[in-house]
Amino acid sequence: MSTSDFQHQHAAHCESGVIASIFRNEGVQVSEAMAFGLASALSFAYLPFIKLGGLPLIAYRMPPKFIIKGLAKVFKAKFRFETFRDPSKGKARLDELLDKQTLVGLQTSVYWLPYFPPDMRFHFNGHNLLAYGRDGNDYLISDPVCEVTVTCPSDDLQRARFAKGALAPKGLLYYPVSIAKNEITSSDVRRAIVKNCRIMLGPVPIAGIRGMRMLAKKVRALPNDADETKAFIGHIIRMQEEIGTGGAGFRFLYAAFLQEADGILTGKSLAKFAEELLAIGDQWRGFALAIARMVKGRDAVSTEALSEQLLVLAKTEHDFFKRLKMAVS
Amino acid sequence: MDVDQVPQEGNAALGGGRKAVYARDENGKMVVVASQGWEVEEIVTLQAVDALKKLAEDAYVRASAGVATPLEYWMYEKRMDHQILAQSAGVWQWQLRRHLKVDKFSNLSDRYLARYAQALGMSVEEITRLPTL
Repeated sequence: MSTSDFQHQHAAHCESGVIASIFRNEGVQVSEAMAFGLASALSFAYLPFIKLGGLPLIAYRMPPKFIIKGLAKVFKAKFRFETFRDPSKGKARLDELLDKQTLVGLQTSVYWLPYFPPDMRFHFNGHNLLAYGRDGNDYLISDPVCEVTVTCPSDDLQRARFAKGALAPKGLLYYPVSIAKNEITSSDVRRAIVKNCRIMLGPVPIAGIRGMRMLAKKVRALPNDADETKAFIGHIIRMQEEIGTGGAGFRFLYAAFLQEADGILTGKSLAKFAEELLAIGDQWRGFALAIARMVKGRDAVSTEALSEQLLVLAKTEHDFFKRLKMAVS
Repeated sequence: MDVDQVPQEGNAALGGGRKAVYARDENGKMVVVASQGWEVEEIVTLQAVDALKKLAEDAYVRASAGVATPLEYWMYEKRMDHQILAQSAGVWQWQLRRHLKVDKFSNLSDRYLARYAQALGMSVEEITRLPTL
């Protein structure tokens, strides 16, 4: 479908925002929360072997492309994903698609995007945005985390698309080829929820609830009086609240999904689960606040207290997802 | 989180922008609210920014004294580390570490200089000199 009547929407998370916009542009009404939920994107993962600036990757959602692929599956949609070894070919292909009025999703680094506030520009490669047109040497960009559309000079976008390092985007672009279905059924919702519960309750020690417990253990082992400890715990919150509005934000987003889903899969008290998850999100915010106070020196650093708080969160979420799974299956 | 609890504390790191957050309105419905930011986020973001600034400042002092190279300063100034700069320039990390030694850097071939300049988004001329701060 054409990009001429494209409408930008402000979103909490880049990938769910991008994919919801793509579907809406194709005439399929799906909210950001619905996209996030149907793709079973809520998660927790502690990945000590992937380093960002020397600190481990802590993710509160599934890896890049997971939401796009998950949603494509639900709607029986076909997407094309293209990466490029040669950056100039990547640019040519993007221009070609835009000239044909295709709405194109891109994976980029945030560091090279000039419209980002300077203090938010880190070398983080897992960002998603939409290109919906060209104007001379500028690209017209709908970045879901921005309130309004922006423009980005060609050279800067090129750098952002071909940045190297962890999660290097390799110029990834994607767009829908066909979407076979345009309604959401109760079994779509049920399946998505069961899958997400499985992810959270799964057996892998670094993922889901077990990942939280592992991180709690790691935090507890840190000395209270080292600068590195402050850097590490601050990093946890940065991953949680800033990069893609992580931990608490994703709980709120998933709560919004459950609330909306209650109208599709009725009689499972999903709205009540949404309320509960909202409260869990507030607990994550409490965890973030406790860490910020320690980083700032307003409270003494206590890795024991933080570890304890994480374990309580793990227990609460374990109980929550177990009951949610029972309720829908 | 309820709509009236959405932080509007003006996180300086957002540079005046607002981010979308989900919160519960008075009817119990989850809605998107534009937030001017939360102090908690500002604290941890500026913590990271300051750590990177400190690395750049240290490198600047050492490079001014002639015991480090301007390239090391620019690496940190551009918020990179050895891994990112090496991968962006297409060199091995051990090569980069060698090139960051003062005597090696002064004899570095144009080919490598061009690669580092490209990776940093600067000119060769710029990366071989320190700016006046």
